[in-house]
Formats: sequence, structure tokens, C-alpha cells
Amino acid sequence: MLLFGQTVICGILLGGMYALIAIGMTLIMGVMKIINLAHGALVMVGMYVTYVCFKEFGIDPYLGMFIAMPILFFIGCLIQNYMINRLVEVDSILPENQVLLTVGIMLVLTETMRLMFKSDYRSVSTSYSSSTVMLGDMSISVPMVIGFIIAMAFTFLLHLFLTRTDTGRAIRATAQDRDAAVYMGVNSSRITMITFGLGSALAAAGGSLLLPLFYLWPDIGHLFTAKSFIITILGGMGSTMGAAVGGLVLGIAESLGATYISMGYKDIVGLVIFLLVLLFLPGGFRSLARR
Amino acid sequence: MKNKNIIYTAIFVVLAAVLPLFINAPYQLHMLILVMMWAVIGTAWNLLGGYAGQVSFGHAAFFGVGAYTAGLLVFHFGISPWWGMLLGPIVAAVVSLPIGLICFRLRGPYFALAMLALGEIFRLLFINLVSITNGAKGVLIMPVITSKLFYYYVGLAMLLLTVLITYLIVHSKIGYYLVSIREDQDAATSLGVPTTLYKNYALLPSAFFTGLAGAFYTNYVAFIDPHIVFNLSNISVMVILVVMLGGVATTWGPTVGALIYIFLGEIFRTTLGSANVLIFGILVCLIIMFLPNGIVGELDLVKRIMSRKKESLSGGV
Amino acid sequence: MSFFEIKNVTKKFGGLAAVSNLSFQVEQGEIFGIIGPNGSGKTTVFNLISRFFPVTSGEIYFKGKRIDTVPAHKICEMGIGRTFQVVKPLRRMSVIENVMAGAFLRTGSMGKARHKAEEIIDFCGLEKYTHREAKGLPIPLRKRLEIARSLATGPSLIMLDETCAGLNPKESEEAIDLIRRIRDTGITIIIVEHIMKVMMGISDRILAINFGSEIAMGKPKEIANHPEVIKAYLGDAYA
Repeated sequence: MLLFGQTVICGILLGGMYALIAIGMTLIMGVMKIINLAHGALVMVGMYVTYVCFKEFGIDPYLGMFIAMPILFFIGCLIQNYMINRLVEVDSILPENQVLLTVGIMLVLTETMRLMFKSDYRSVSTSYSSSTVMLGDMSISVPMVIGFIIAMAFTFLLHLFLTRTDTGRAIRATAQDRDAAVYMGVNSSRITMITFGLGSALAAAGGSLLLPLFYLWPDIGHLFTAKSFIITILGGMGSTMGAAVGGLVLGIAESLGATYISMGYKDIVGLVIFLLVLLFLPGGFRSLARR
Repeated sequence: MKNKNIIYTAIFVVLAAVLPLFINAPYQLHMLILVMMWAVIGTAWNLLGGYAGQVSFGHAAFFGVGAYTAGLLVFHFGISPWWGMLLGPIVAAVVSLPIGLICFRLRGPYFALAMLALGEIFRLLFINLVSITNGAKGVLIMPVITSKLFYYYVGLAMLLLTVLITYLIVHSKIGYYLVSIREDQDAATSLGVPTTLYKNYALLPSAFFTGLAGAFYTNYVAFIDPHIVFNLSNISVMVILVVMLGGVATTWGPTVGALIYIFLGEIFRTTLGSANVLIFGILVCLIIMFLPNGIVGELDLVKRIMSRKKESLSGGV
Repeated sequence: MSFFEIKNVTKKFGGLAAVSNLSFQVEQGEIFGIIGPNGSGKTTVFNLISRFFPVTSGEIYFKGKRIDTVPAHKICEMGIGRTFQVVKPLRRMSVIENVMAGAFLRTGSMGKARHKAEEIIDFCGLEKYTHREAKGLPIPLRKRLEIARSLATGPSLIMLDETCAGLNPKESEEAIDLIRRIRDTGITIIIVEHIMKVMMGISDRILAINFGSEIAMGKPKEIANHPEVIKAYLGDAYA
């Protein structure tokens, strides 16, 4: 029972942080309707920025995050404006060109980081990295708790942004019906750029929160891309609340899988859930909520 | 104009057959063998992805299944892995049936993602089912034949077979139906095309020949590492890039793409050192942004514009 | 046994009934028109017949056989063709390749399919464009291509969805002429339009619908003067 409780809580905490990364992806997917296979690479770059702030300047990761976020916002805007945007006008046989461009971007980001940092596993250890806090008889890792709280705070702030500000509403409008939004005076290319930047910044935030918990090396991006997809599809493309719930579900499922099946099979759990949702619940949790 | 194509093809075959007389250093032959293998994978993928428009991000599953079939024949039963060249593609094709059943309910990006997930599931299964596959330790076999020249000709034969079958399929009723599904699935249905059945008609040979390349890989490289043969980035995604480079929905596009991929990759590797993948990534971005139909595809477009009366099927050579 | 019959068909999307207890019969060889304002359910009827989605209740019969439960691609095989309101050309195929895609339903041979396609292209007046990519055709030709493609499948009933939308009067004339020639070959036609003038000219009988239900059915003259029809199109003031 103790093990179960600990497993579930671990899953929830981790899941909350995964959710933040996935929210970035679902925002982008909702507005741009593209599959962004570079999302994990953006997370990875954000993590490296935070890492450098820590190693070179001694800035605590939770503060370094606020440096990584604007940098990734900027990078995201550049990528969208000068690369992905170009493809909108191109008529090619395979509409999946956009997806493949994101693959190219992923390669460029990953290899650039590899050139700068080599493939060595890096880690960040602060005074509290290995501390735990006791919840009854269960021992919970402190960075997990802090990360989860910050992730939830960001999710809430994002929700306020999307519902209470003009830009946020413009983003939601563009996601629902781009043409209608344009008729209402929304500058869709500017909004698309901002959305990609925002999604990238959230990816950087999520990654930074996970930095004390994961080893960092250039290929870790793939892992996060996969998780983000599973969560995005679970939650329903474009739904931030869905991604939040999806993140928690994935976190718990993985945690249970790792504890009760085996480490090796834990990733299969996520993939099978992913396939089942794609096949039987294509709208994700969000479509369940609508019924 | 059909005759022109036959002549070009004949020239190509003759050139390829005599090439080893001039290029016979082991290293160069190795490069050419890799080109053959990638050309086969690319041509096979192109049938499903380029002609039928079902973009699979999970073809490594078929490659790995073909490779493991050949390898496990030796590992468990002591049978020569060359039988794998027959059995591997068959197993891959059989495996594709349930995969199609699952994935063809989905369209566009959802299909791509489902295939991606399946490819990854296969990778993880083969890594974890240690008693059957020897897990992450891989499968090592002792090759009887070590002459690179031999593998070159086997590879060439494999490529010609794949291109021929693909060509015949594309230039038949099946080909027309596949392209109509790609262009507008609902319109195709309204014309009486059983779309799911025809998607499977494209998937089966696609999986078959990808599995063939996998079995060939086992015989040539003599070692199977599940992380390599089921690899998402280096096989599943790379084959899409190879086909795009050369030309989607063209007969020889994937072969051209394979040539570029292997030779350019090698040039980059030897001249750029550790930056080679980065440059490759930049190249990918540039090609997608400026030459979206691949080199052969863009050439075709130019040809079509020049001669309106030319009859060609969706940019086919 | 009628040639084609829709019996008490209802289609609901969520809570909204797009088609509500609709019934009608079509005689072989006639041109049967369906008119109604935008959103009245006309295209939904076509989509139900071609099995793009299932009926909520009711039955559809063609040549005595029930067709509202067969797989979508079988509809064409059974002899019902259709065009789409928003044309769906196979864009990267040429005109003849588009028509061949239709012709292949009845043959497996490239030669026969091409021959049939050439016949149909001549019949529809598209010879000048035989090898042009569908992508580059202007709207009136795309609409004609859509009809040609459907004709190549050898239908005994063809459903035309807003063939004249977006055409100028001269183009409309040409379209109407083509439709008459199609009927003369023995093919039954159900045609949806919301331009009254076109419908009056070619239909043998017309069904007027609004909000998914029948408001009037009969010969064109009767429909034109029917108060409910006038109300639906022009409002109460004119009824």
C-alpha cells in the first residue's frame, strides 16, 4: 500500500511537469495544426540554457528557468517566422512536409547542442537535489514537489492568459477557426509566431523543472517529444486542460508500469495508451468532457 | 516516350552491372551496397507514402522484423540466413496486416503518429523479449560469404526487383487507385474505390521489400542491434528524408535520394568531422523549404511545364 | 418497385435534425430536382445516399435493394454516381487520368479504361484538356471533369450537387445541355440546385425542402407557385 501510494504520488508530480511541456505542444498544434517533432529538442535546449546558468554563473535552476524561457521564446518565434511559415505557400505532394521540416529543425538543434556540449551526460545537483520530504510514511523527493508546484502555477497562469487577455483570446480564436479570426482583425501570422514562441518557452520551463531529476544529454529531446505527443493526444489537440490531465495520467501510468511491470516495459505502456486513444478516443479527454 | 524510359533504365542497369570493374575498393563497394539497401527501403516506402499518400513514420518495424527473421533463423535453428531473404519479407508482410488494420482507420498526421508509435512498440518489444531475441545484446551471426562484390550484385538484383514490381504496381489500375486515394480519399470512395483494401495493397509490398532490405542487412552486416534496426530517427524518419530528397512519387527518386544520402553523408563525415550531422540537418531544412518535391520531382515539374502534352502519372518516370 | 426510393429518412447530428422524416421516389429515366435554401439539408441527403455517414432512421432503396447499410464504396459499384458541391478533382492527375480513375471501376485493363475515358471526355466536351493537370483547370471545367469522372463509372443514377453554382449564364447553359444529353443516354438524374431558373428548365419533377423536411413536391410549374416554397425563398411577405 505504501509502495502504491508512493508510486502514484511520484507519478502525479512527474506528470505535472510533463504536462507543462505538453501544454506547449498542444498550444502549437491547436493553432498551427502541425505536428512538431522538434518540441523535445526545444525542451533540451532550454535545459542546456538553465544548465549553463547553473554551472557557469551559479544561478539556481529554478531561477535560471526565467532566463531560458525568454531565450526559447525568441528562438521559437524565429523558427516559426522564417522556416515553418515558408511552407504554408509551398504546394507539395506530401502535406507532411511541415512535419519533416520540424525533423530537420530537431536535427539542427540537437547537433548544435552536441557540438557545444558533447554527448556526455550532465546533471545538476543543488543543495536540495536529493532531499526528501515525508508525507506520512512516504518519502517524496523535494525537487519533484517544487517542480510540480511551479508547473501547476504556470498552467494556471497560462489559463488566465488564454482566457483573460486579448492576445490569449486571439490565440484561442486562431486555433478554433483561423479564417474567422482573421476576419475579426486578428493578425494570424503574428499570433502564430507568438504561439510557437510561447510553446517553446513553456517547453523550456518544463525542461528546467525536470533538470534536477533527469540526466541531460542532447538526445534526451526524443524522450520528451514522445511524452508530449502521448499527452497531447490523450488530452485532445489544442486543449490545455486536457494536456494537464493527460500529463497526470501518463505520469501515473508510467510510474505504475515502472514499479509493477519493469523499467523496460514502462515506455510501452505510454505507447499502447497512445495508440488506444488515437484509435478509440481521437478527441482525447477533452471530447469526453464535452459529452 | 515509354521507350525512352526503357532505354534509360537499360543503360542504368548495364552501368551498374559493370561499375565494380572500375570501382572495386572494399570501402567504395561498401558505400554502393549501402546505397542499394537504402534505395530498396526508399522505393518500398515510396509506394505507400509517395503514391498512396499514407506517410508512415514507422517503417523501421518492417526493416527490423526482416532483419530479425534472418538472424533468428541462424540463432535458434542454425538455418542459413539467406533463407531469411525469402522468409524475412514474408514475415514483414504478414506483420503489416494487423498494423494496417489498426492504422488505416486513421488519416494524415494521425496515421503517421500511429505508425510511429507502432515502430517504437516493436523496438521496445524486441529489446525486452530477451528469450526470443536476445534483447539488447543483439544477434551475431557468422557470414559464410564475405566478398563485397557478391553483396553488391545481390543488392543490385534486390533493387532492380523492387523497382520493377513497384513500377508495375504504379502503372496499373492499382496505381491509379492509390494516387486517387492520395489526392482525395472521399472522391475515390465515391468512385467505388475500396480505400482500405487498396491501402493494404500498397502496404503489403511496401512492408515486403522493406523486410527484404532488413534480411539483406543481416546477411551483410552479420550483427543485429535492436536499437539500430528498429531505430526511429535513423531508419523510419531517415527513409522519408531519403525519398523526399530524391523525389516523392517517382520511380527512381528514392534511388537518387539514397545516392545523395550515402555519398553526401560520407563526404560530410570525412570532411566536417563531428559537425556532419548538423550540416546534414541544415541541408534537410533547406531542401524541404526550397525543393519540396525532391530533386527528381522538381525536374519532373519542369519537364511537365515544358511539354503540356506529355502523359505522365503523378510525376512518374 | 420504384427505381430509387427514400423512405422516412431522418439524420440527426447531435440534437440537430438535418434531415427529418423525408420520403420520395425517383422514376427511372427522369430528372428529379431537389431545391431548397442554404442549409435545408440537400447535400446531407446526397451524403446519406452515398453513405458518407449513416442514417439515423429510415431506409433507402435502389432497384429494390436496400442501400443505407452497404459500405460507402459499394454505392458506386451498384450504379450510383455523384458529384460534389465543392469540387474534388484529383489535383495532381491529368484530366484523362481522373476519368480513368472512374473507368477502372468496370475494368482492370489500362487499355479499356483509357478508351472509355476518351469516349467520356469527348462526350463532355473536354477533349482540348485531356492531358492538362486537374489542378490548373478553371471552375466550370473542374465541374465538368467531376461529371465526366462519375460518368466513367457507368452509373444508372447520377446525383449532381449544385452543378451550376458559380457559373455564369453561358456556362450554365452548357452545363444544362450536358445534363440533358446525359439523360438522353438513359441515366436517371437527381439534381440539387438552389438556382430556381436552372431547375425549372430541366427537371421533370421537383422536391422542395426546408429544414430537412418536404415542403412541396410536383411538376416545376406547381412548385414555382407553391406558397410554402415562395415563403422559404423570399419570406412571408411574398407568400
